[in-house]
Amino acid sequence: MPKANTINHLPSSPSVDKVGVEERVARFQSRSIKNHAKMQGLKMVLSMIDLTTLEGKDTPGKVRQMCFKAAHLHDGYPDLPNVAAVCVYPSMVRLAKSIVGSHGINVASVSTAFPSGQAPLEVKLTDTKYAVENGADEIDMVISRGKFLAGEYAFVFDEIAAIKEVCGSARLKVILETGELITLDNVRKASDIAIYAGADFIKTSTGKIQPAATLQVTYTMLQAIRDYYDETGQMIGMKPAGGISNAKLALHNLVMVKEVLGQEWLDNKWFRFGASSLANDVLMQIMKTDSGIYQSGDYFTLD
Amino acid sequence: MNRLEVLKTYKIFIGGKFPRTESGRFYKALNANNEPVANICLSSRKDVRNAVQTARKAQGAWQERTAFNRGQILYRIAEILEGRSAQFVEELMLQSFTKKEATVEVESAIDRIVYYAGWCDKFNQVSSTVNPVSSSHFNFSTNESIGLVGVLMPATSSLLDLISYVMPIIAGGNSCVLVASEKLPLTAITFAEVLNTSDVPGGVVNILTGSVEELWSPLSAHMDVNALFIDKASRFRKDIQLAAVDNLKRVREMSADLKTENGQGLAFITAFQELKTTWHPIEKIGGASSSY
Repeated sequence: MPKANTINHLPSSPSVDKVGVEERVARFQSRSIKNHAKMQGLKMVLSMIDLTTLEGKDTPGKVRQMCFKAAHLHDGYPDLPNVAAVCVYPSMVRLAKSIVGSHGINVASVSTAFPSGQAPLEVKLTDTKYAVENGADEIDMVISRGKFLAGEYAFVFDEIAAIKEVCGSARLKVILETGELITLDNVRKASDIAIYAGADFIKTSTGKIQPAATLQVTYTMLQAIRDYYDETGQMIGMKPAGGISNAKLALHNLVMVKEVLGQEWLDNKWFRFGASSLANDVLMQIMKTDSGIYQSGDYFTLD
Repeated sequence: MNRLEVLKTYKIFIGGKFPRTESGRFYKALNANNEPVANICLSSRKDVRNAVQTARKAQGAWQERTAFNRGQILYRIAEILEGRSAQFVEELMLQSFTKKEATVEVESAIDRIVYYAGWCDKFNQVSSTVNPVSSSHFNFSTNESIGLVGVLMPATSSLLDLISYVMPIIAGGNSCVLVASEKLPLTAITFAEVLNTSDVPGGVVNILTGSVEELWSPLSAHMDVNALFIDKASRFRKDIQLAAVDNLKRVREMSADLKTENGQGLAFITAFQELKTTWHPIEKIGGASSSY
């Protein structure tokens, strides 16, 4: 079934049972993952990371460094996967692409006046086109939270659809910035809008606002993806971003994905972590699991 | 009717908090007559991990404090310990010290803390140097904290020993993770209560109780531990040295008689400092030879 192209086709979003979500999420966190399964999980986490730098102070040197890290996570340890993508501002896309392109690592670019999204549609379209023309494989757009909270859902829907159109073959991730949406009901509503408007991925946060990718929020979004899949048979990707800085939490996320959506989503085509410091913690965990010796950040590259 | 005595469970000290061991295990500390006197946490390697993590976080800020302020804080430890000395005497007696031995132990411990409090803002002047060099450089060597120090206390050591191990480490701006005496752990944890009420930032000193046999390995091999302070007579000495090789930890060994003045001194502080030498270019003024 083709995606609906106006908000009138959007089914009404079910309300979210917050207490139920919290209990369910607590159960994911009590899973014990050891040894072989843990090692597999950790490597999977690495392969799902969008290594990110989104600072005003980003320089070509900084981006170059991060891109190198993306392709050489820890050369001292054999057979590690590369990360899925690097995530940068549009102005850095060309540079990033020139470095990681040959390693099979995607370049994701934030766009649409990231992180606030407070710009006219025209500017957002130009922003996105610029990123795509410079070689971005993926576009991470932000929704207009102000409009959403003011109840102008149609505006938000149409904006996403318009951006999707200029993305061309680039996959579109839609950032809901759940920390600003306040309630899980809003998160669910925004997820549905994004999915029906044409998102290939939905993403929790920009990383600029706290709280970011809590398990509760991610669970709510996964549920929206599940419902859409049941309805249409089409898969949508999920990307929690912000606040996932340790391996344990990342593994809990994988457990949740597996149990809510199923095995098919355990692939970096359908699930990503937006993170900057997660990679090093996962690497340290892998080394620890392998050697039995607790590791130190001093022996891992910073970017 | 006889009252059933309630044995206190002594909890471990991590990051300024008193959690139970994550393993949930405990053992009974015995006195000389093999009677149980307290329940003590039997810490696991994950407690070591947690303690190292928090000690690492605390170390930077502790090192950044002015030396004078560190001295004030160490002196504060002595003040608080003085105020609670009766409790320590009592606890040592529980562990089969005589009253006289216990009193001497506590008083010596307090004096030793004051001794190291005084050194905080002086040791660097005394042990730094300006070095003569034959080029146009102002060349000086000065101390820098070694970082995070792991301490393994001998099984029968007590309060004075613990003070003698810990104080020179923290006086020099390091943080530490200490595994307390296995047989006499009571005063170590009560001392943690003293630390906690005396302005020592959480995480600078972390105290675990349990079996050294179980804990020496994760602590000595931990890549984020920069140095170790152990008893020269420790039966794990060789294993510890081998485990410490991977990240070139400094392994310092204590062999002094801690009951005497040999148990304190500048050398114990500088043992946990790295000497940093700086070559600062200077203009050769008027062809003068040795001035800077």
